[in-house]
Amino acid sequence: MEQAKTVVEMRNITKRFPGIVANDSVNFKLRKGEIHALLGENGAGKSTLMNVLFGLYQPEEGEIFVNGQQVVIDGPNKAIKLGIGMVHQHFKLVHPFTVTENIILGSEPRKWMGLAVDKKQAYEKVNQLSKQYGLNVDPYAKIDEISVGMQQRVEILKTLYRGADILIFDEPTAVLTPQEIGELLVIMRNLVGQGKSIVLITHKLKEIMAIADSVTIVRRGKVIDSLPVAGTNPNQLAEKMVGREVSLKLDKKVAVLGEPILEVDNLVVKGRQGLNALNGTSFVLRRGEILGIAGVEGNGQSELIEALTGLRPVSSGSIKVAGADVVGEKPRAISEAGISLIPEDRHKHGLVLDFPVRDNMVLETYYQPQFNKRGFLDYEAIGKHAERLVKDFDVRTPSIMTDARALSGGNQQKAIIAREVDKNPEVLIAAQPTRGLDVGAIEFIHKRLVEQRNMGKAVLLVSYELDEIMQLSDRIAVIYEGRIVGEVKPSETNDQELGLMMTDYKQKQGGAGNEQAD
Amino acid sequence: MSKLIKVVTKDSALVPFVAILLGLLVGAIIMLIGGYDPILAYRSLLETVFGNRYDFGETLTAITPVLFTGLAVAFAFRTGLFNIGAEGQYIMGMTGATVIGVTVHLPWYLHAPLAVIVGALVGGLWGMIAGYLKAARGVNEVITTIMLNWIALHLANYIVRRFLLEPGKGRSYMVDDTASATIDWLSRFMDDARMHWGTAFALLGVIFFYYFLWRTKQGFELRVVGSNPDAANYAGISVNKGVVKAMFISGALAGLAGVFQVLGVFHNQVISAGHTGHGFDGIAVALLGGNNPLGVLLGAILFGVLSYGAAGMSFGADVPPEIIRIVIGSVIFFVAAPGIIRWLLKRISGKKRKEEAI
Repeated sequence: MEQAKTVVEMRNITKRFPGIVANDSVNFKLRKGEIHALLGENGAGKSTLMNVLFGLYQPEEGEIFVNGQQVVIDGPNKAIKLGIGMVHQHFKLVHPFTVTENIILGSEPRKWMGLAVDKKQAYEKVNQLSKQYGLNVDPYAKIDEISVGMQQRVEILKTLYRGADILIFDEPTAVLTPQEIGELLVIMRNLVGQGKSIVLITHKLKEIMAIADSVTIVRRGKVIDSLPVAGTNPNQLAEKMVGREVSLKLDKKVAVLGEPILEVDNLVVKGRQGLNALNGTSFVLRRGEILGIAGVEGNGQSELIEALTGLRPVSSGSIKVAGADVVGEKPRAISEAGISLIPEDRHKHGLVLDFPVRDNMVLETYYQPQFNKRGFLDYEAIGKHAERLVKDFDVRTPSIMTDARALSGGNQQKAIIAREVDKNPEVLIAAQPTRGLDVGAIEFIHKRLVEQRNMGKAVLLVSYELDEIMQLSDRIAVIYEGRIVGEVKPSETNDQELGLMMTDYKQKQGGAGNEQAD
Repeated sequence: MSKLIKVVTKDSALVPFVAILLGLLVGAIIMLIGGYDPILAYRSLLETVFGNRYDFGETLTAITPVLFTGLAVAFAFRTGLFNIGAEGQYIMGMTGATVIGVTVHLPWYLHAPLAVIVGALVGGLWGMIAGYLKAARGVNEVITTIMLNWIALHLANYIVRRFLLEPGKGRSYMVDDTASATIDWLSRFMDDARMHWGTAFALLGVIFFYYFLWRTKQGFELRVVGSNPDAANYAGISVNKGVVKAMFISGALAGLAGVFQVLGVFHNQVISAGHTGHGFDGIAVALLGGNNPLGVLLGAILFGVLSYGAAGMSFGADVPPEIIRIVIGSVIFFVAAPGIIRWLLKRISGKKRKEEAI
């Protein structure tokens, strides 16, 4: 590769937080016109490093050079002035505003001696930028009306509008559909093609292989290696990231099927808007198998999970756990009947972030006699319980008294899985169990799910990631508009076929009907 | 990010103290503008409070109701509810105690406890109305509790005027001595200050607050509901039940404030044109104390000292007592706007660091 100009150089950056060194004399170099991936597990310090570059954190030690000049970046405004822009993982947009209004917010073009916003000029400029980089955003649309993928493009436009030449993408694909990911990669190529430089914070090896020119691997605050992507392979990267050998392939024994444990028959459930989100969903889950529910987000998966766990009223149909109908039961009764849930949104539904890990471990069982003596909580027993789970499930936390908020995403998820598996459920529902997690955590969680199945438990895996469904499931049920439109075995299908079933079930309906009749 | 928050909030105990200092400073500046001597004023304030037994005792009596209402507001807040209705619950507690104190005749060991329990229950039920409306109909508790404050005021006035009025006076009959909650020996020791059992109960309330929320099963449920209602639902904890329960307990605490004002201090209930403000002060005390039982205690002490001492200030330094409301107002302002204080602290500590570097 020819030696391109270095646009950003960070030398010996050290950033400490109480108790940990997030960045330990880290060196990082970004060359002009490249896509440089920053790879590391959650909590490895990659976001911290970029937050230092964007002026959100001040490093204790180290120097930063932008275009060869040493600079002190004391805030995002300074970073923007230096031509650095950041596309955050969680978008920072005003929803009732239009695309353009969001983009110009804070640096509006003025007219009438600064008294009014020159909207016409703003729209034109946004339109022009959008065209130049192939973003295809409607500058007049309201944020509320556009898809998540489009919202991300608005964030990209925001940085471009402010004149960014160096763009930092923080886990940009975490919220996107497979198709949107493809489009984003094209946009990123476009950007570097026109002279921009990109830092891509990620833990997805696939993306790095697909798009990055070089990669810097960070582990526990230290740079492990920095190398060009050409000439490396995913296994090598994963090993460097995790610090040990990881198997990206899961070895799974043949499923030993038992009797049906969860029977869902003709379930009709209303969604948030009052329309039927489930329209006669039926499936059977047996002991000793993992049933994957595949489908595009918003086809009734959330409502299915809520109905199964008693959080959403059922209009008609039945849900039988070990033969007993649980429709109309309270969530706690269903939980006691043997259904455990790893919820889709771990912050909103899975944890009380302001509670210590210890208390989160008994969120569903605190009332049981082993933790509760005549109305008073037995914190000694609760503490021991938490210590055991933290150890058994390798939850990395400074102590069980640490607030759940302070844990990394992977460890939060491990804590939830520890809690749910420890309840010894008959049916474990795992909704998007690895969303936003790194390789190490994904491997751990997948192993645990397979372990449950091998123990003769039933696992219902609801995921929007086809790879995960294909890898884990013994059987795949495809959901479309609130109905199971087909069931297939992972060994007898492929992404293309599943993709078709997920989007246009009519073409496949005949075949699916046949399979169900088998 | 979370780590950043922790670093910033580490000084959370420092913020109220700095806020108090700044509040006193603002008060002093206003006194200076008005041509008064702030140092003399504050000195006479403290002399009033700590100068003799009587005034010290009366200060304790002034602390008691705001301690109760502060606990009430903080308790609701821990369950994620903003109880603006401590004032109404206070009035209803008062009314409950007065009705029992005046109309029922029993030996003291039954009468006083009955009056206390009924007053607390009435206050609790009054709070529960707002809790029920929120749980069953989704009505915001801020709106309902504000409305219930006015309903309580006029309902109490009606009850006193219609059933309990002593002819020719603007107040109820005096409650029976058997219902009194005064501590006579302590009052004599304090040179006839109006000492009563309510102060002890309020301190017990501080302990109850801690034990209930952090040690019991039900308290755990309420805190889960308050911290993350969605997670509560997923964990099989009923948010609606929690809301009703929390509003009942909160209301009962506020009700007890009123109960002891009747049984321990005034021994009657007046027909009142407006609110006493104890309930609203409770909001400020809870805010000042960070919704933490010990913090609420300290906040209530500050409130009691400032409001009782205000009288001495006008006496000793000729400063209008209303100035003290400005001080209180500014203290709350600074507590509610911790950003200002953090900025100030940062500047001070930043300067220190620079000096060290030299």
